[in-house]
Amino acid sequence: MTWWLWIILGAVVIGAAAWAFRMAGQQATGNKPFFRDMPFGVAFGYVLAAVLLVFFVWFYFQPAELNGAPRASVMFFRWAMNFFLISAAAALAFKFLGSFVGTEGSRKLFRSMPLTASFGLLVILIYTVLAIFAGIIAPHGQEEIFAQANVVPGGNPAMGGNPDFPLGTDQIGRDIYSRLIYGAQNTVGIAFATTCLAFFLGGSLGFLAATLGGWLDQILSRLVDVLMAIPALIFALLLMTIASVWAPTLGIPLTVFMVLIIAVIDSTRVFRLARAVAMNIVVMDYIEAAKLRGEGLSYLIFREILPNATAPLLAEFGLRFCFVFLTIASLSFLGVGIQPPLADWGTMVRDLAQFINFAAFAPLVATAPLLAAGAIALLTVAVNFVVDWMLHKSSGLKE
Amino acid sequence: MSDSDVLVEIKDLWIEGRSDETWNPIINGASMTLKRGEVLGLIGESGAGKSTLGLAAMGFTRDGVRISSGDVKFDGIDLVNASAAVKRELLGKRIAYVAQSAAASFNPAHKLIDQHTEAPVQHGVSSRSDSQADGIELYDRLRLPNPDEIGFRYPHQVSGGQLQRAMTAMAMACRPDLIIFDEPTTALDVTTQIEVLASIRDIVEQFDTAAIYITHDLAVVAQMADRIKVLLKGDEVEESDTRSMLLNPQEEYTKSLWAVRSFQRDQKPVAATDATPVISVKNVTAAYGKVPVLYDVSFDIHAGRTVAVVGESGSGKSTTARCITGLLPPLKGHIEFNGETLPLDYRKRNKMQLRQAQMIYQMADTALNPRKKIGEIIGRPVEFYMGLTGAKKRERVRALLDEIELEPDQFIDRLPSELSGGQKQRVGIARALAAEPQFIICDEVTSALDQLVAEGILKLLAKLQDELDLAYMFITHDLATVKSIADEVVVMKDGRVVEAGPKEEMFQPPHHAYTDLLLSSVPEMDPDWLTNLLSERGVENIGDAAVDKM
Repeated sequence: MTWWLWIILGAVVIGAAAWAFRMAGQQATGNKPFFRDMPFGVAFGYVLAAVLLVFFVWFYFQPAELNGAPRASVMFFRWAMNFFLISAAAALAFKFLGSFVGTEGSRKLFRSMPLTASFGLLVILIYTVLAIFAGIIAPHGQEEIFAQANVVPGGNPAMGGNPDFPLGTDQIGRDIYSRLIYGAQNTVGIAFATTCLAFFLGGSLGFLAATLGGWLDQILSRLVDVLMAIPALIFALLLMTIASVWAPTLGIPLTVFMVLIIAVIDSTRVFRLARAVAMNIVVMDYIEAAKLRGEGLSYLIFREILPNATAPLLAEFGLRFCFVFLTIASLSFLGVGIQPPLADWGTMVRDLAQFINFAAFAPLVATAPLLAAGAIALLTVAVNFVVDWMLHKSSGLKE
Repeated sequence: MSDSDVLVEIKDLWIEGRSDETWNPIINGASMTLKRGEVLGLIGESGAGKSTLGLAAMGFTRDGVRISSGDVKFDGIDLVNASAAVKRELLGKRIAYVAQSAAASFNPAHKLIDQHTEAPVQHGVSSRSDSQADGIELYDRLRLPNPDEIGFRYPHQVSGGQLQRAMTAMAMACRPDLIIFDEPTTALDVTTQIEVLASIRDIVEQFDTAAIYITHDLAVVAQMADRIKVLLKGDEVEESDTRSMLLNPQEEYTKSLWAVRSFQRDQKPVAATDATPVISVKNVTAAYGKVPVLYDVSFDIHAGRTVAVVGESGSGKSTTARCITGLLPPLKGHIEFNGETLPLDYRKRNKMQLRQAQMIYQMADTALNPRKKIGEIIGRPVEFYMGLTGAKKRERVRALLDEIELEPDQFIDRLPSELSGGQKQRVGIARALAAEPQFIICDEVTSALDQLVAEGILKLLAKLQDELDLAYMFITHDLATVKSIADEVVVMKDGRVVEAGPKEEMFQPPHHAYTDLLLSSVPEMDPDWLTNLLSERGVENIGDAAVDKM
């Protein structure tokens, strides 16, 4: 039988089980509304979840080696599961801690916070600490080159590791663990500065366009349309190539150009959002009242409009931060971003990328490039969790 | 179907709503019975639980609301414990609902008749073509113009009153046993309201449909209902048939509701006509872009007097206010303030000129910045115009809060969302007063409020006028308000002043034909008023025809 026949058969079996499950529930509880009004899709979901849970537990306890050869799928699954369980526990502990320490307001905030948000906050907190204290925490310098190159992560000499380099070394012998920590400083720090600049530019111009309207709005909006019409990454690449020629002659580090270029390109998206949000606020009667009072432009923008626009802008800040961060990683991956020997996650992925080919028979070797990629993914997910939570809070949705 | 005479029976119903993580009571043990073909009026202030109770009669609760105990029986069927499938069979087919805003309830992407036929076809009552023919007949019975073709228009192509009637027709499509009307005429002008009321009443009578009519307007409910039930904060106050309820209310609260309409401020002596008016509108003609909206509008407002500007929506009342404030510079004519000509554009006016004319808005929700505390909202004009800061500013804000009858300690640090509608409107008044103006424009300030609350606002405005010798321009479409507060009346229609003069003259015949239509369209507390009015006007040509005459 081909694989799709298996899928159809599985769905039919689960469907039958779901129908029986609902029937049994109705009989056992004397037709309580929970079972009586349960749609078939929901019953199907319950049974499917139960089946998956059993499968996961079974798969987790499979032997990691078969006839002496490691089974990559089992190992990666086990790592993922371990990581998932540990982060869930950490998030729970962080939330628990937060609901007993701190001021009355912060404790209330933690108590009402979903687990995903507490996980996101915890990750962001850890990254921030790592980025600020990178020089103290990292055991080695980011540029330090050791004799042993291509040490396998894991620190187990039997598997080709070295306890001195718990996450191994890269192809020219630099400690990956230290470089990951320094990478937080470089990549995250630069991404944060770039996002702030993009918001300052896009936000202030967007508010100005919405408040004044007329010609200024037309000119700014069309300019933004033109910039947005060019694919962002290609445009950034093009400008970075030009900048890499200028930078040495002007004596300005290329990183400054990169920050400016990405900030300007991303500010077009911020401009659109800020303008749209402000447009909705500008038509309110309290703005009319302020205008009729004779208030100046800066009062209107900073005291009347900005407080009402913070929630959507803050949410956008989180998302934009991820995009900027990914752009920097992409540019570094392509070789025009953060320049060696500075550690950067994008560059680290690129340098070690060829090891991914070993995934099937040497899972530990393949982990080397995945560590930096995982660091990027983790931060992106964490920021999005926090942003989702803030959006939910500011929109005032009830459960 | 049982043979019992009782259609809906609600017994000791308790409903709770969820807010701030706890369940708070909304309805406390309400009971009611509704016979077949009977119309029950539910009245009360906003937050009294009228809509919640009305929806519960169809076994429905809004999100975050639940029935905690009690019985709802529709024709013998227990709706509280009914399964979704049972309710699906009833709703739309035997129970229909007409919402307050027809404009928001129709799907703008589909033609009226397509939305009309949806329920009968879904419920298998009739085929699409049959229900389409039936829809056209219903449109005819509801006296919609061009019943044959109006159904093939999209919702935005018909007027608000027509849309409300199309919605009633839609509710009738399956010939339900019960229709719930949730404030169906509240958003309409008085002249339009009459048409809708008359057609709803007729069609309910013709098909012998039972109805629950939810409203806060007593005069309206007096026309529609056989029995009236009064609610206050989820508690039942009293219930009896319409006539005895109107003539002889038993409870204090009901009496106070009835008394609202009798508020009348003291008559003031006629102003000396040779005094310079505070605001003088001189031959103002204005347009939005190329669309002209005002033609040659002129009137004066003297110190200490209230000029009410009345007319339907679209008659140019608010545009006149925008011309006076300078938001919309007029094409021709000008505005004089104490005899001195004001610059047409507000940007060219100086601080002093801006300070002297203040505005109070209809929707207090959008007139107060939701992110600012009450103290900041009122404090800003104090600081901006008077230059007071720190303790002096706070002192002045407290004095203003005292003046609008809100306890300063309690309110100064609250956000607008923590205030009720009436309190927000009072803050709006305080913000205008903070500038110490001579002239205030009140743009429909009471039309979004309940009658008792509105009365409080009107009394406050009257008190402030006496104390501070303010001149008011009072924009409204509600003639009851005009009667109670105005000194002079300006009637507007289609951007022109139709009639103007002192209130006493305006409310005495002879009137201009349009003033007459407006005046006679204001519902009165007499249950026979609508019947009498319709026979006077001739049933076939109410509303549309009466407007056409002019």
